Amino acid sequence: MKIEDALEIVSQTNPGMVRSHNEDSVAQELACGLVVLADGMGGYNAGEVASGIAVSVVATEVCQHLQDANPTDRDEASGEELGVMLLRDNIQRANASIFHAAQSQPQYAGMGTTIVAGLFYDNRVVVGHVGDSRMYRLRGEVLETITRDHSLLQEQIDGGMISIEDARVSKNKNLVTRAVGIDAEVVPEIHVHDALVGDIYLLCSDGLNDMVEDEDIQSTLYAMQGNLPLAAEQLIQMANDNGGRDNVSVMLVKVNGEFAVPRGWLEKLRHWFKK
Amino acid sequence: MAAKLILSMDGVVLKEYPLSKERMTIGRKAHNDIVIDNLAVSGEHAAIITIQHDSFLEDLDSTNGLEVNGVATKKHFLQNNDLVEIGKYKLKYVNDQAGQVNPADFEKTMVLRAPVKQAAPGAEKGDATAGFMKMQVAPNAKPAAESIEKTGRFDAPQPNPPAASPVVPPVAQPAVATSAPQAAVVQILTGPNAGKELELVKNLTTLGKPGVQVAVLTRRPHGYFITHVEGASHPMVNGMSLGDQPHQLNDHDVIELAGVKMEFYFKG
Repeated sequence: MKIEDALEIVSQTNPGMVRSHNEDSVAQELACGLVVLADGMGGYNAGEVASGIAVSVVATEVCQHLQDANPTDRDEASGEELGVMLLRDNIQRANASIFHAAQSQPQYAGMGTTIVAGLFYDNRVVVGHVGDSRMYRLRGEVLETITRDHSLLQEQIDGGMISIEDARVSKNKNLVTRAVGIDAEVVPEIHVHDALVGDIYLLCSDGLNDMVEDEDIQSTLYAMQGNLPLAAEQLIQMANDNGGRDNVSVMLVKVNGEFAVPRGWLEKLRHWFKK
Repeated sequence: MAAKLILSMDGVVLKEYPLSKERMTIGRKAHNDIVIDNLAVSGEHAAIITIQHDSFLEDLDSTNGLEVNGVATKKHFLQNNDLVEIGKYKLKYVNDQAGQVNPADFEKTMVLRAPVKQAAPGAEKGDATAGFMKMQVAPNAKPAAESIEKTGRFDAPQPNPPAASPVVPPVAQPAVATSAPQAAVVQILTGPNAGKELELVKNLTTLGKPGVQVAVLTRRPHGYFITHVEGASHPMVNGMSLGDQPHQLNDHDVIELAGVKMEFYFKG
């Protein structure tokens, strides 16, 4: 199945109930199987600028490369798949763009952004992230976080200093330990997961998971899996009903069919004719 | 750091201690940060570790132990207004974001420049005390205020410790509407499950089966709503078919979904 037919993508972003402007940015490119979400930070409108640069650099560059290349191609030197390399390289490219803009324009000094991106191909999803924007996966009835926040709180949880229950009432929720555009270099965390038919992937800014319990996210996605736009709307509404203290963005990707890259000459020929 | 401890005995406030250091000790001996000169208090009785806006209390194997809100404890994640008792002495923990200069500042995402990973590299899981101790020993484990790059507001003043008065005036919280509405129930009127009651205790209750025919009942601060999610037939309320928009339910509304009738009503 072509990726356009295999995936269903919806996204919604909302300023929330307290903030006057929205510093989150989202981009979706169904044709190349890409979703990107970023949560910017910085004074005045610098947050929007940073998150806007991040999603546009990643979305444009990755898709442009994939027009005449296959994401499963392997780099001869490193042996890495092109899809993995593209995601990492372009998050780093976005980092450089934001960093340079911040260096050269005083009103943007210190701006930065989180990012979470998913590139779907060959029945898999490559997930890249920096900071505390998350990707969740609903498989069957089970909701799992498949990214691990780059935050002080997560490090405390990992170090056994604070329990997950206590972490819910922590006042250190807003301290990220990694961000795009703050330093000259950034190391994105990249993982590859199998994508199964029926999976729903949720990308969100912390405005969702700080305001809505995972249990409510799970029940919403499970109950509303047949109506993704409504599910996205419901998630944002729950964040706002609970106070909406931050911008809230959600992107949902549902896998409706297999999207394996054709292998072998006969399959490739068939695929070519189908185009 | 605006959190503080207020020391009192028999209802008389003795002193206030802002939690200005990453680790502060409480004990009888003079080298402690908070000295309580009483024989019921051990030489080094307890420690408070403060990491940004969170503080943790830990008993340092004291002879007489300590209580938090009336419960004996070895270690405790302090919450605003917790009452720590050591013998006859009481220490009230105050960390009230609403009383801060600008509560919104605390919610802006900020970047910690110096990674604090070294704090507890692969610390033994499940033993918070070990984590605390490593935190103390590791030379790089100082996530002090100066290592924070505050990208939210460049000119934002460091929040001052609240005024000396122990009474912090209540400041209006930003519009938080977490209060749940009145309890409600759906009772099935027809079909094999007639008479069954479904209490709407969750924020979202599913009617039907995902993939086939689904409507959801959502609980919101200002009431209950029914929304059509998927399936060929839309639910009906009091005989009227619903569109795609959520519909607010009133007391004793009759819902009909896939041939089954049920009544919505408020409880109590």
